[in-house]
Amino acid sequence: MVKIMLKINKLIVALLFAPALALAAGGHVKLDRAPINEEDQASLQRGARHFVNYCLNCHSANYMRYNRLQDIGLAPQQILDNLVFTGVKVGDLMTIAMDPKDAKNWFGATPPDLSVIARSRASADGSGADWLYTYLRGFYRDPERPTGWNNTVYPNVGMPHALWELQGEQVLVENKVRGDGYMKAEMALKLDKPGQLGKTEYDEMVADLVNYLVFMGEPARNDRKTIGMLVLLALGVLFVLVYALKKEYWKDVH
Amino acid sequence: MAASKKEPVEFSGAGPLNAPISGVLTWVDQRFPLMSLWRDHLSQYYAPKNFNFWYFFGSLAMLVLVIQIVTGIFLVMHYKPSAAEAFASVEYIMRDVPAGWFIRYMHSTGASAFFIVVYLHMFRGLMYGSYRQPRELIWIFGMLIYLCLMAEAFFGYLLPWGQMSFWGAQVIVNLFDALPLIGPDLSTWIRGDFVISDATLNRFFAFHVIAIPLALLGLVAAHIMALHEVGSNNPDGVEIKKHKDAQGHPVDGIPFHPYYTVKDIVGAVAFMFLFFLVVFFMPEMGGYFLEYNNFIPADPLKTPPHIAPVWYFTPYYSILRAITEDFMIVLAIAVIAYAALIWVTVKDRRIAMAAAAVSLVLVVLMKGGPLALEAKVWGVALMGIATLIFFLLPWLDRSPVKSIRYKGTYSKAALAIFVIVFLVLGYYGTQTVTPMGTLISQIGTLIYFSFFLLMPWYSVLDKTLPEPDRVTM
Repeated sequence: MVKIMLKINKLIVALLFAPALALAAGGHVKLDRAPINEEDQASLQRGARHFVNYCLNCHSANYMRYNRLQDIGLAPQQILDNLVFTGVKVGDLMTIAMDPKDAKNWFGATPPDLSVIARSRASADGSGADWLYTYLRGFYRDPERPTGWNNTVYPNVGMPHALWELQGEQVLVENKVRGDGYMKAEMALKLDKPGQLGKTEYDEMVADLVNYLVFMGEPARNDRKTIGMLVLLALGVLFVLVYALKKEYWKDVH
Repeated sequence: MAASKKEPVEFSGAGPLNAPISGVLTWVDQRFPLMSLWRDHLSQYYAPKNFNFWYFFGSLAMLVLVIQIVTGIFLVMHYKPSAAEAFASVEYIMRDVPAGWFIRYMHSTGASAFFIVVYLHMFRGLMYGSYRQPRELIWIFGMLIYLCLMAEAFFGYLLPWGQMSFWGAQVIVNLFDALPLIGPDLSTWIRGDFVISDATLNRFFAFHVIAIPLALLGLVAAHIMALHEVGSNNPDGVEIKKHKDAQGHPVDGIPFHPYYTVKDIVGAVAFMFLFFLVVFFMPEMGGYFLEYNNFIPADPLKTPPHIAPVWYFTPYYSILRAITEDFMIVLAIAVIAYAALIWVTVKDRRIAMAAAAVSLVLVVLMKGGPLALEAKVWGVALMGIATLIFFLLPWLDRSPVKSIRYKGTYSKAALAIFVIVFLVLGYYGTQTVTPMGTLISQIGTLIYFSFFLLMPWYSVLDKTLPEPDRVTM
C-alpha cells in the first residue's frame, strides 16, 4: 500500500514539475519518468489506437504485424474493424504508403521506423519510454524552424508537432529561479494556447502511446517474464537436487 | 580385418539390461577406443581434490560454447546475411520465429557470459600460477582460444547490422589503415569494399559461423588434451603426482568422474540460474550486452556521436585511445627506463646489449622526428601487444612458488592492482573521451604493461612462503 502511495506521489510530482525539469540541464536533457504499466491492457489498446491514428501515416512499423495486437487483448476482427484503415490483411506488417524519398524532401529526414524506437531511445539518461514521454510533451512554437516547431529533447527536430491540436501550443519562456544565493535564468515550457485536452489528459494520452511503443518494441516481453519465472523456479529446485547429489558423492573425500 | 582382441567390457548397474549393454559396448570398444577415452579423460583422470570456486569456470566455458553453437545453428536458420535484410531478419527472429527471442537472447547473453567466464578462468590461472612449467602449452592454447573468442565476438557483432555493428566494425577495421605502407590496402582487403558493406557482412558471417568456430573447437580439444597430459594444477600450486599410492594414482587426486562431474553440474546449474536471470529479465543488461544504438539500422551516412565497443573489448579500447601524440614522450622514457633496468640488473651482457639496441630502435620509432611512427600506429600496436603479452607469462613469472597463497606481498599487490587497472580501463573504454579519462587511461596503460614487464624482477624479489608438500583442503 505504502509502495503504491509512493508511486502515485512520485507520479504526481513528476507530472507537476515535468516540463520545467526537462529544461533544467542545458545540453543534457533531464528526462521525465514515463508513468507506464506494461500489463495495463486498456492503456495499451488506447495507445495502439493513438498510434495508428497519429503516427502510422508518416512513420512505419515494418517489423510489427497487426495480428500481434492479439497480445494486448484484441481479437482479429476487432483489430480489422478499429485499427486497420488501409485494407490490408490482419497478418500483414504495419507498413505505410509514403515514399521515403518524398518524406525526406518534405521533412529533411525520413521519419524513422517505429518498430523498435522505444528500445533504441534508451540511454544513460533514462529508458526509451522516458525519452519518448518527454519528447512528445516537449514540442514548442519556434518561428525559426521550417515546420514552425522545435523540441526541447531533440533540438531542431524535423518532425512537426503531430499532436498539437490535442496538446495546444507551448512556447519557451525564460524563468528567473533562485539559485545558490543568486537568481538565475532557466528556460521552461509554457502552454500558450490550450488544445482539446487538458494538461493531465494529454500527459495520460502520451503515456498510453508510449506504453504501446514499448510493447511494440518487444511484443514477447511479457511472455519472457512469465516463462522466466518458471525457468528460474525449475533451476532452483534442480539446484537443491544436484547439490544433494554432490554432497552424497563427496562424503568420502577428505 | 578382425576386431582387436580387447577384453570384453563389463557393464553393471542397469539390472536386466547389463548383458545387452555390455555386448554393445564390447562391440564398439573393439573398433573404437571408447573405454580408454572414457578412462583417460573421465573415470581414471585424477584431478586434485582441493579445487575451489575458481575451478568451475573451465567447464562453464565449455557449457557456454555449447550454448553458443546450438543457439547459433538455430539463428542461422532464420538470419539473412545481407545488408538489405539483416536487420529485418533479426527482428523477424525476435517476433515471428517461435521462441526466436529466446534463442537470440541466449546467444547475445551467451557472448557476454563467455567473456565473463573466460576472464574469471584466466584470473584463476593468474592466481594459482596455472601457466607455469609444465603447463605452458595449456596456457598458450588457452590464449589462442581467447584470441579466437575475440575475433568471433567481433565478427558476430556486425551481423545484426545496427548502428553500433556498423560503426564499431568501421572503427576497428580502420585501425589497420594506420599501419605504415600496407595500411589502406589492407583495410580495403579486409572489408572487401571501401566502406563496411554487404561484402563485409558476408565475409564476417563466413568467419563467424564457420572459420572461427572450427578453430575454436580444435583449440579447445588441444587445451584439454594438454591439460590431461600433465594433469591439473590446484589452488596450492603443488604437483599431486609427487605422491602416488600403490596403484599409481595420486594420493591427493580423485577421479574426475564421478566427483568433478557431479560438482561441475552444481556449478552449471548455479551458472544457468544467473544466465537465465539475464536472458529473461534483463537481456539488454542496461545497454552493456545489447547496446541501445544497435536497435537503429546501420546508416553509413550517420555517424553516432559516441561509438563504444561492447564491454569485453573496452580495456583494450582504452589502451588504444590512451596513446596520444603527447603521450609518446612518456612511452619513450618508459622504454629507456626499462632498457636501463635490464642493463643494470641482467648479468648476461648479450641480453643487455640486445635490450639497449631494441630500445634504441623503439625510441627512434616513437620520437625520432621524421622516422617516428604516428601515435595512432603505436596505439594499434600497443592494443595488440596488450592482448598478446599474456602469452609470455610462463616465462615472465620467476617466483619459486606457483600459487598466490604462498607468494609474497609484491606479487599479491601486483595482481590486485592489475585487476583493478583492467576494470578501470574497461570502464573508461565505455565512456566518451575526456582529458581526465585519457590521463587515467594513460596511467592505467603504464601499469598494465608494468604488471607483465616487471614480473621477472618483483616475482624474484618477493618474500615467498614455503609450499606445503601435499595439497590443503
